Amino acid sequence: MAERGIREYDAKHLLSKYLHLGLKCVLVTPKTNLNSLSKKHKWLRYKKLVVKPDQLFGKRGKHNLVLLNATFEDAKKFIKQQMGKEVKIGKATGKLTHFLIEPFVPHKKEYYVAIKSAREYDSIFFSLEGGINIEENWNKVIEIRIPILEKFNRKFVKSKLPNIENKEALVNFIEKLYNFYVDLGFTYLEINPFAFENGKIIPLDLVAKLDDTSAFENQSKWGNIEFPVPFGRTFSKEEQYIKGMDEKSGASLKLTILNPHGKIWTLVAGGGASVIYADTITDLGYGNELANYGEYSGNPSTAETYEYARTVLDLMTRDNKPGKILIIGGGIANFTDVAKTFKGIIMALHEFAPKLRKLKVKIYVRRGGPNYKEGLAQMRKLGDEIKVPIEVYGPETHMTKIVSMALRKK
Amino acid sequence: MNTYELFNEKTQAIVFGNQKKAIQRMLDFDYVCKRKTPSVACVINPNRAGYVKAFFGKKEILIPMYKTLDEAVKKHSNADVVINFSSFRSAFPTTMSALKKKGIRTIAIIAEGVPERKERILAAEAKKLGKVIIGPATVGGIAPGRFKIGNAAGTIENIIGSKLYRPGSVGFVSKSGGMLNEMLNVIARNSDGIYEGIAIGGDVYPGSTLLDHLLRFEANPKIKMLVCLGELGGLEEYKIVDALKSGKIKKPLVMWVTGTCAKVFKTSVQFGHAGAKASSELETADAKNKALKKAGAVVPNSFDDFGEKIAMVYNKLKKQGKIKEVKEPMEIPKVPMDYKKAIAQGLVRKPTNIVSSISDDRGEEPTYYNVLMSDLFKKGYSIGDVISLLWFKKKLPKYASKFIEMTIMITADHGPAVSGAHNAIVAARAGKDITAALSSGILTIGPRFGGALNDAARYFKHAVDSRMTPREFVDDMKAKGIYIPGIGHRIKSVKNPDKRVEILKKYARKHFKKTKYLDFALKVEKITTAKKGNLILNVDGCLAVLFLDLFESCGKFTKEEINEIVNEGYLNAFFVLGRSIGMIGHILDQYRLRQGLYRHPWDDILYLKD
Repeated sequence: MAERGIREYDAKHLLSKYLHLGLKCVLVTPKTNLNSLSKKHKWLRYKKLVVKPDQLFGKRGKHNLVLLNATFEDAKKFIKQQMGKEVKIGKATGKLTHFLIEPFVPHKKEYYVAIKSAREYDSIFFSLEGGINIEENWNKVIEIRIPILEKFNRKFVKSKLPNIENKEALVNFIEKLYNFYVDLGFTYLEINPFAFENGKIIPLDLVAKLDDTSAFENQSKWGNIEFPVPFGRTFSKEEQYIKGMDEKSGASLKLTILNPHGKIWTLVAGGGASVIYADTITDLGYGNELANYGEYSGNPSTAETYEYARTVLDLMTRDNKPGKILIIGGGIANFTDVAKTFKGIIMALHEFAPKLRKLKVKIYVRRGGPNYKEGLAQMRKLGDEIKVPIEVYGPETHMTKIVSMALRKK
Repeated sequence: MNTYELFNEKTQAIVFGNQKKAIQRMLDFDYVCKRKTPSVACVINPNRAGYVKAFFGKKEILIPMYKTLDEAVKKHSNADVVINFSSFRSAFPTTMSALKKKGIRTIAIIAEGVPERKERILAAEAKKLGKVIIGPATVGGIAPGRFKIGNAAGTIENIIGSKLYRPGSVGFVSKSGGMLNEMLNVIARNSDGIYEGIAIGGDVYPGSTLLDHLLRFEANPKIKMLVCLGELGGLEEYKIVDALKSGKIKKPLVMWVTGTCAKVFKTSVQFGHAGAKASSELETADAKNKALKKAGAVVPNSFDDFGEKIAMVYNKLKKQGKIKEVKEPMEIPKVPMDYKKAIAQGLVRKPTNIVSSISDDRGEEPTYYNVLMSDLFKKGYSIGDVISLLWFKKKLPKYASKFIEMTIMITADHGPAVSGAHNAIVAARAGKDITAALSSGILTIGPRFGGALNDAARYFKHAVDSRMTPREFVDDMKAKGIYIPGIGHRIKSVKNPDKRVEILKKYARKHFKKTKYLDFALKVEKITTAKKGNLILNVDGCLAVLFLDLFESCGKFTKEEINEIVNEGYLNAFFVLGRSIGMIGHILDQYRLRQGLYRHPWDDILYLKD
């Protein structure tokens, strides 16, 4: 997985803890009791507040979703109004469920700092002119590169930063921020803007991504952190089920429903091959008919492929549109046992045979790898047994050929 | 070796992790390539040193296994490849230490989920040292006819199918490890095959890039054309575009970037690979394919005609005379089928060396003579039932199983002074463990200690079955000069009866259908005790005749079975089992009481001098 966005609340929490900034902020979720919140966080009662959604999307001000300079009463009213509301941000539509409340900080100037990683270095971006127009003012942003094998060079960074009042405090902050970024396994961190007054740093808006593969070394530093799904992305019951199986298994099992009424369904082995099957369906002009994207790989057990296949077959046979196509595809496996993984799929096909017959489903199989001959023979036998047309091909047939065969015959 | 070559037919690898299957696949590849030496020099297993057994063709060989890389490198200075199977947790430190070893040129990292920063450090370190990292998150790569990394190229059928036992003229590199095999197949079907094929892995920051390998292939005169399979996400493919434009890549390149389907997805989908995610228009597959085509690469319309495009370029080069006809080997050595696989396919059979009819541990649940383990508990089997199942393959009536249990209880212990317990105690005090001390005690059991059961059963059975009178039996034994086994006790006598014998007799009289052997033995006792008060039926003799009565009257044993039990001396087993309980008790008692070495006192020994 690697790069995963985290909530602004969590990022500020971590930042405040590691840089000793003493930031105050509260996360409101649908479960939060707003009325008792100010008992635990007394500052809510006497400070002026900012309220904004905290769900991994930006440009909140532009979407009129930020409440500024508000009392706690205003804040509560605002959250009650917005909670559960459906909004469209860019292409994605989703419900508002999480809000961040923090003290309102009046400030004169807005600064910009961000850290980004590239293959050979980390870049620190800094600008005296931060805020919502940072993209328009990108020519005023300076970039300082720290090579991956080198440590933060204070002198060098200082020489690159513009001369301002309290520059020493700014360099200190950037050094600490960089070390925080490295030590906690961030892959992206942007504070836009932050206020810098009387040598004190106050981050106002913050976007952060962590490398979740570093959890094994950083979990204790992160604490109980959440990796929310991208805004607008919801998981159906079935997707959630496969996700749960994937998390428990040493093998990989992925399922995304693209179009539940699509004609073309896939059960493909391999992360690389699964993309290529979806590509070919798209390249041949049937992208809108592609029902699902998914893959199983890493030598899953028979029980796992059975559960995976029956989940897909169940979804596929829910509406009564006849003439659907099932692509059971895959490249030539390196070490996944084809006969063993097919056994689970065959069990599921047996179970759904009556529905498959009724809907006149056609099945196309192509696969290679350890024990593939046995696996393919079992598939051929299955076709006769359950009276469902199954065409079976091995490595002698180009991997995606079954896609064009299936679509041309349609 | 030139710097653009990573492997030749002498290349040997150090395999980090005891990956038996991967190692065997490497050696099978070596065999079909007719390599003279196996491609695995040694194995590193941090838990255990020793040897790994593997087949090199028909021969079985031992591959040394060390605990540390230091030792491996010292002993195998010719090995210049490390295949690192360590987990995502330890992939970083192990690869770092491999990079620092002077003789190591190439490291393949198999693990998926190595943190990005760690990957970047590894990549930079490798670049600084002029070494090549393949991976992480990959199956590796293959140099046909020379060397293969771990599980790359899969099974031997695939290696033969894609002609990987000899080099062709295509240099291939892909992100996806899973697609490596498939592409080897595609290329084999549309050209003379690959000279080298590498999968760099699907992570955002692989140790070496697509371009790194394409440039190596460009420099290698044996490679005539390039094939590359890219992926959406990242900007790596644009470096290839630049290399095409600047003339750094001059050889024809057939390339396809996967992920064209992403445009039909409504939200951003994370594909199987970490790096496969487009966060800007430039990173999409369509944009990359377009740029590559514009820069002069041969780009198919979809993956579907990738093979045709490869064939087109290959045939053109062949026509131009740039590629010569490849020499096929006269014969390809056949790798013998593994015995397990042959058995599974019903191709071979062999006589067994061991027969067993009392239990089976192969199924979901072990059985004791056809009784499932869970049924033992569901149906309330006792330890006596278990003994009769495993010793006699029978489920006996309740009273009979109870009698077996009584026997075990009665024979369990007879104090520390008897020879078996004494020997066990002496061994325990000499610092021996439970098995050794118990064995010492058990080995004492024989004709004079505890072993009378068998003989008593034999003689009494013979006497009763041949219809001797008790008097005839006593006289016959006397004439032969044999003490009657099961008769006589050192301390107990008619007036001071053995409580154990009383308990057994009482139980048998109450539950057994017949006690003809006991009755006979008691008549014998009457005759012998008339002579001397302590010539009573002792506990061994009593047990012996009662077992004879039990076997005959419970209706579960045939005559032949009883004969076998008596003649083969099975009855002693009850004493061995029972007494083991007591002896273990004595052994534990000695440990608990911290008793030191036992030494017999001098004054208890008569030293004879001639």
